[in-house]
Amino acid sequence: MDPVPSREIADMTGDAALPRKNGELVFAEAWQGRIFGMTVAMSHEAGFEWREFQTQLIAEIAHAEREGEPSSYYERWLHAFERLLADKDLVDPTALAERTHDFEAGHRDDVF
Amino acid sequence: MSGAYDEHGHHHREPESVLSLRVRALESLLVEKKLVSSEAVDRIVSAYEQDIGPHNGAKVVARAWVDPAYKQRLLTDGTAAIEELGFGGVDLHVVENKPGVHNLVVCTLCSCYPHALIGLPPVWYKSFEYRSRAVREPREVLREFGVDLPESVEIRIWDSSAELRYLVLPERPAGTEGLSEAQLAELVTRDAMIGVALTRPPASAAR
Repeated sequence: MDPVPSREIADMTGDAALPRKNGELVFAEAWQGRIFGMTVAMSHEAGFEWREFQTQLIAEIAHAEREGEPSSYYERWLHAFERLLADKDLVDPTALAERTHDFEAGHRDDVF
Repeated sequence: MSGAYDEHGHHHREPESVLSLRVRALESLLVEKKLVSSEAVDRIVSAYEQDIGPHNGAKVVARAWVDPAYKQRLLTDGTAAIEELGFGGVDLHVVENKPGVHNLVVCTLCSCYPHALIGLPPVWYKSFEYRSRAVREPREVLREFGVDLPESVEIRIWDSSAELRYLVLPERPAGTEGLSEAQLAELVTRDAMIGVALTRPPASAAR
């Protein structure tokens, strides 16, 4: 059974609006689709409410804009998601840093 | 905002490959903790990629092309007919293009648009120029979109509002008798459902 897209997510407006082309979602790189999917899945599984993530995303975008950072929309999304996971004690930032290192060093190579 | 993340420099721009590794690391952790499954992520990405945007409207049009009874229901009560296919949230009136009649949708006041069926409106749809000229000189506007209609064709303008949205049912192109419903849906563009384009047969089937 395919999930039905939520209007709350699909129709976010303002700075948080999902990047689109011709009305369709655009994931410039595969990882952007993965991080989007993980975030939506976590909100379905009651890890958090969508508006909690949206608030975090808007704050992250505002912060990046203030600092003049050239980061992409989904890079900011990733930071917002990591922060929310840390705030909710779902993923420890240290554990994530270590796991990322495992991937960078080639100790792990799971492909999703 | 402040905190450990800033100190660790996560806000700095990173090469794409580093981001990609980081996202994979995150997914492996979330899967390990059973907070998400990779299959669920796959299904979500695919659903959002496919079900938003012009895709839903194209499915409605293709169904109407292959199922005359559905087409009748769609033209009589668009709202109920799209609900049959699982789309809703909008009061819809569908207008049919046929020989001698071409339909064009505009929202003269703002940018009312059937999002659930055809995604977000393009920038030009919201422009003052389109909103005013579509009513005043539709034939000229259509020509600029590459649709050159003979003078004998009547152009009907439909002004969308917050209460009622319009969708154009384009004419099924000639030479598409052998196509499946899914193949037909691929021929239907957003612009055709607004009325600023015609639906063309696939390149291979043309001529």
